[in-house]
Amino acid sequence: MIRVLGLVLVLLCTTGSQAKADGSLVTDISSHLISVTSDFTGTDLLLFGAIKTADQYGLSDHGDIVVVVRGPQKRLLVRKKERVAGIWVNTQSIELQKVPSFYAVASNRKLSEITDEGTLNRLKIGEDRLNLLPAENVKDPTPYTQAVIRQQNEQALFSLDQSAVYFLGNALFRTSIHFPANVPVGNYIAEVYLFHDGDLISAQTSPLFIKKFGLGRRIYDFAQQYPYIHGIAAIILALFAGWVASAIFRKD
Amino acid sequence: MPVYLPIAEISVNLFLILGMGGAVGLLSGMFGVGGGFLMTPLLIFTGIPPAVAVATGANQLVAASVSGVLAHWRRGNVDFKMGTVLLVGGVVGSAFGTWIFAFLKDAGQVDLLISLSYVLFLGVIGGLMFIESVRSILNAKKGIQVRKKLHQHYWIHGLPFKMRFRKSKLYISALLPLTLGFFVGILSAIMGVGGGFIMVPAMIYLMGMPTSVVIGTSLFQIIFVTANVTFLHSVTTQTVDVMLALLLMSSAVVGAQIGTRIGSKMKGEQLRSLLALMVLLVCGKLAFDLVLTPNDLYSFSVITFKGH
Repeated sequence: MIRVLGLVLVLLCTTGSQAKADGSLVTDISSHLISVTSDFTGTDLLLFGAIKTADQYGLSDHGDIVVVVRGPQKRLLVRKKERVAGIWVNTQSIELQKVPSFYAVASNRKLSEITDEGTLNRLKIGEDRLNLLPAENVKDPTPYTQAVIRQQNEQALFSLDQSAVYFLGNALFRTSIHFPANVPVGNYIAEVYLFHDGDLISAQTSPLFIKKFGLGRRIYDFAQQYPYIHGIAAIILALFAGWVASAIFRKD
Repeated sequence: MPVYLPIAEISVNLFLILGMGGAVGLLSGMFGVGGGFLMTPLLIFTGIPPAVAVATGANQLVAASVSGVLAHWRRGNVDFKMGTVLLVGGVVGSAFGTWIFAFLKDAGQVDLLISLSYVLFLGVIGGLMFIESVRSILNAKKGIQVRKKLHQHYWIHGLPFKMRFRKSKLYISALLPLTLGFFVGILSAIMGVGGGFIMVPAMIYLMGMPTSVVIGTSLFQIIFVTANVTFLHSVTTQTVDVMLALLLMSSAVVGAQIGTRIGSKMKGEQLRSLLALMVLLVCGKLAFDLVLTPNDLYSFSVITFKGH
């Protein structure tokens, strides 16, 4: 909620005199709920929309669209290894606050061509502009934050595709966002920005939920709510499985 | 075919997990080791979070050990009296080990200490077993008959509180299996394994138990230690993934049954040399990882607050 309010404020500040923020952009997602069931292997969501004010700019000029999907924020403990007496040992660590567990950016062309660095920084568009801050004073947190970004990219939890937004005519656009199998559950937010000649014209946000469902959800809830019974059940299950296997194989 | 694991919160390939469970089960049946020292690193290598791998591995070991014990029990290869004495030491030891584990975790170097203790124990035990078993195989080939005593007598046999273990053909101090159980209990809590790879050689070389009884008795004791670990992890960290455990169990118990049959057909020294090789292999891999420059010097973990 706070983020949405913040975004509105940002819009008021940046669009200022143009005052076209309301209603010039209509967007939706193919689904606002991703169900993580026992056969979940990742999914793609289609994000699409229409630019209502397209007529003002003529057929050849549709402006630029940037889509940002942010996952729930986490606190991370980042450790660094160093060689001590021949073996690699975790020596230093820093704590990073408010690291998005998922972060995907899609645009129709290079971000640097769409708008200036200041605007991108303010809107936190682009993984290097997430402004990941350590909890305590650290001399140089950059290698730590770079490592987090690098590893999140390797796991497809962070992504940037600067040619993933497609225009249909000059008013309609679409893009698809990929959510890998290891996507964290929680409340997500999808932001769509419309730029024109480097100016932010309009922005839309929509909530997106990733939840566990089915048997997996039930097992997870049970393990969390009744840890004692869960532990005993797990042991009984194992004893039973061992006995069944032994009984099946009993030939001699 | 992918399967989503509810506690580990990742998707894994069904056949990869089944294959891993089967392979580890086969080895555990053959050698009477729980296989935890193989299973846990394998699971972590698959991308399963270490805490989940340790806790779920323990749960799976309960099933594998039960199935193994039943097979050995039917052959009369379980010394329940010895197992119970070991168990008493094991329960106290694992409680103490859990305390040490928590202490080391606060110190922030628990991963390194786990690796180092693996390398140390696997290296020493694997090395000793390998030398001994190769020597006895060579002696057998040369036709040298080493006059076999039932077991060696030394200072250990002078300790008080002597108990008779008929099945093991031993009359020794109860302090010996109690101490061994306690010591292995500590290690299994710290290293997240059943402890068979330490228990088996210790029973053979330290206590002089006959190899045939050692495996069944070790498995009997492992059931209780791993059940205890499963329960503790389920209560304190909620990291037992029943879905993963069930997949591992279903293939591991089958593997263990086949392994027990193969094991009973092999000679003791062949079995020991193979186990020694395997232990040394895992030890080498872990030692190599400690020395080798890692791909990424940085690693991160999510800080969670436990809210009740």
